[in-house]
Amino acid sequence: MSDRHDVWITGVGLVSALGEGLDQHWDKLMAGGTPPYDDKTFAPHITFPVGPIEYDAQIPKRDQRQMEAWQRIGVYAAGLALTDAGIAKNAEILDKTDMIVAAGGGERDVAVDTAILTDLRGQEKRDAFVNERLMSDLRPTLFLAQLPNLLAGNISLVHGVVGSSRTFMGEEASGADALNIAHARIAAGQSDICLVGGAYNGTRWDLVLLFSLGAPLLEAPFKPVWDRGPKGALALAAMGAFVVLESREHAEKRGAKPIAKLSQVLSNRNPRKPGDTAETLLSEWKSVEKSVKRDSAVVISGASGAEPATSEERKVLSEIGLPVRATTTYIGNGMEAQFLANIAIGCQAVRKGTLFPAAGSGDTGTAPAGGISQAVVTSVGHWRGEGLALIERVG
Amino acid sequence: MVSQGLRDKKGRPVVVITGMGIVSPLGTGKADNWKRLTAGESGIRSITRFSTEGLRTTIAGAVDHVYEDGMVSSELSEKLARLAGTEAIEESGISKGNFPGPFFLAFPPLEIEWSQRYALAAASGANEKIEYADLVRVANKPEFSSFYEASKYGVVPERLAEHFGTKGSPISLTTACASGATAIQLGVEAIQRGECEAALAIGADGSITAESVVRFSLLSALSTNNATPQGASRPFSKNRDGFVLAEGAGAVVLESYDHAVARGAKILAVVEGCGEKADNFHRTRSSPDGKPVISCMRRALDDAGVTADDVDYINAHGTSTPENDKMEYLGVSTVFGERLKDIPISSNKSMIGHTLTAAGAIEAVVSALTILNQRIPPTINYQVPDPAIPLDVVPNVARDAKVKRIISNSFGFGGQNTCLVITGEPA
Repeated sequence: MSDRHDVWITGVGLVSALGEGLDQHWDKLMAGGTPPYDDKTFAPHITFPVGPIEYDAQIPKRDQRQMEAWQRIGVYAAGLALTDAGIAKNAEILDKTDMIVAAGGGERDVAVDTAILTDLRGQEKRDAFVNERLMSDLRPTLFLAQLPNLLAGNISLVHGVVGSSRTFMGEEASGADALNIAHARIAAGQSDICLVGGAYNGTRWDLVLLFSLGAPLLEAPFKPVWDRGPKGALALAAMGAFVVLESREHAEKRGAKPIAKLSQVLSNRNPRKPGDTAETLLSEWKSVEKSVKRDSAVVISGASGAEPATSEERKVLSEIGLPVRATTTYIGNGMEAQFLANIAIGCQAVRKGTLFPAAGSGDTGTAPAGGISQAVVTSVGHWRGEGLALIERVG
Repeated sequence: MVSQGLRDKKGRPVVVITGMGIVSPLGTGKADNWKRLTAGESGIRSITRFSTEGLRTTIAGAVDHVYEDGMVSSELSEKLARLAGTEAIEESGISKGNFPGPFFLAFPPLEIEWSQRYALAAASGANEKIEYADLVRVANKPEFSSFYEASKYGVVPERLAEHFGTKGSPISLTTACASGATAIQLGVEAIQRGECEAALAIGADGSITAESVVRFSLLSALSTNNATPQGASRPFSKNRDGFVLAEGAGAVVLESYDHAVARGAKILAVVEGCGEKADNFHRTRSSPDGKPVISCMRRALDDAGVTADDVDYINAHGTSTPENDKMEYLGVSTVFGERLKDIPISSNKSMIGHTLTAAGAIEAVVSALTILNQRIPPTINYQVPDPAIPLDVVPNVARDAKVKRIISNSFGFGGQNTCLVITGEPA
């Protein structure tokens, strides 16, 4: 398969604490100021909830009832991307549109869990008690809201994307993997068009618990990702981000305009010994460096706020020397959805030709005077996974 | 450099299997599994790992020979993946710990489990109603640090990538009951793209817990034939009443034909084609017209550059649910037409149960063994044929047969379907 195809981004859908759609995101980013975090619901932890979303605009009510919030956010963002690409409700194209979704697990029924734990005290037959309570208290359809692959399943149901359906798992790295595989398949001619994205709802007690077991969560007062001290910290967020990738030929044939070209995607791992993250990121940079136009390129960083990964990324970015903005400061940690959200924001930076205000010590430089033609987008997972993509203005 | 090696009908590098591994409730390793599969033995038993009091279903194909006391799902699933992956790599002759290509892992979703929740609740010391905030308050105690890695999706693929020495970011994936086949498809595609000469694909699932049994029970998906565990999984029978949850792992080492030949590896089978098609009928039910699965099989045949006439045997998805088996019959009867009566179709799940995430990989391994041994494992428990779905299910007893080409079906919840076309060594 030596035939290479250019891969275009022809649709973007983004939902986060900053709002919905690229324009809302951009306006709020450009305005700067205090990020839209919540320090009350999970106090003392800081989270980034999504704002009110008119789900009815994308998802029939009966389908909404079969989903939990993370799926509704994702299905909604996917709908925005399909609409943006001009293929929403186009059954002929959707029938062959492939799909790769990056997803984690859905939410538990916190009320059922805590009621069982409370009533369990003093029970002699603990396991039998839990079995009976689960059989009577769990909603049958909750399972479908918990399975990672049911985000893709719901996108097929609601939006009719049925070419194929794959779901990747594994926090931030799965987002980079999803974009990487979708890009590689289109570039090699294995696919013409693919919906790629992820969704996450970190504003949930069960996830606050999971991360509290092993990763420091950010507590008030709020600090930018670069400046969260030697132990680092995450601010769990809700977000959904999808892009439509398409071969240039396929897009031109149907008269679709590119938002940007996705030139390269890299996704790697290392065991995270000291210096590993810097080394992997630097080697990924080396493989795109020759294509980068230094006078018109910027870095949209996916630094998570976890340490020492964030400090290692800052060191590498400082060596590279391009202007840097980290989006996680503004939208929080959205795990599987993070890289795709960053790709979406990178698209807007390339389209608008400017950069939002710096926040924190790792945000450096200013937008190039002659505008922005390229964005180098990074994804450094809070625990594992280093990804990097190069997106470019077309024409 | 332009490779001059063996190409398929579509001009792509031919992708072969040079190593295989399998763990199921029937045993560990190909030899044991093949012996029992062809003897028509069942791996389904009453569940002993946890109390089944209060559960509607009390049977499963649990891998009790692999399970160690106190293991949570991620630990058992990881062990299964290691066993199957190690067997596959050893057979391939590729050096241990330095696998020269990417890794695709079909793996079940993970969560904090009840045993862990009990421990957190006890440590919280809460006297009144226990809230999640109480659990969070004590979560950072050192004794709970292992809970964190046991419930993070990225951890097991990372550990296995480190163990096997695979290259690049390990990709863990789920397409429900099609996951194992999807892992193989991703590996095949990577080799066809020319990105690598070898790929490791594993599907593993060791996630039978009381809560997983409850969840599937609440969807009315499980057999409740608790009195006769070994007779409970009855694909294609009139009295089938649901699937039986099971655990296991399947692993394949995929390589370009040229790479395998150059290093003198024994070629076990060829993955000739892969097809997938999503269904948007319902969250748990397949489209009653069978269109998505028909399209999925046809895409796999087309990808292989063959027609329905070239298939000798169908390794069925065959879950033993009333709906799947009926829909699968509709699908195969449409794709194979009049020829269907001459094509044997059997379900490994009659003996193994439904290993969910692992099933597609396990059944790909069994399909390759079927070709290597020219012997078809039966569909056991076939006592009451369903007249609405007349099939040659290879009832109850294994059969010697000329099998050159197999289609292996995997259809999942959430409308995710994948089919693989597998043949013997190229002439």
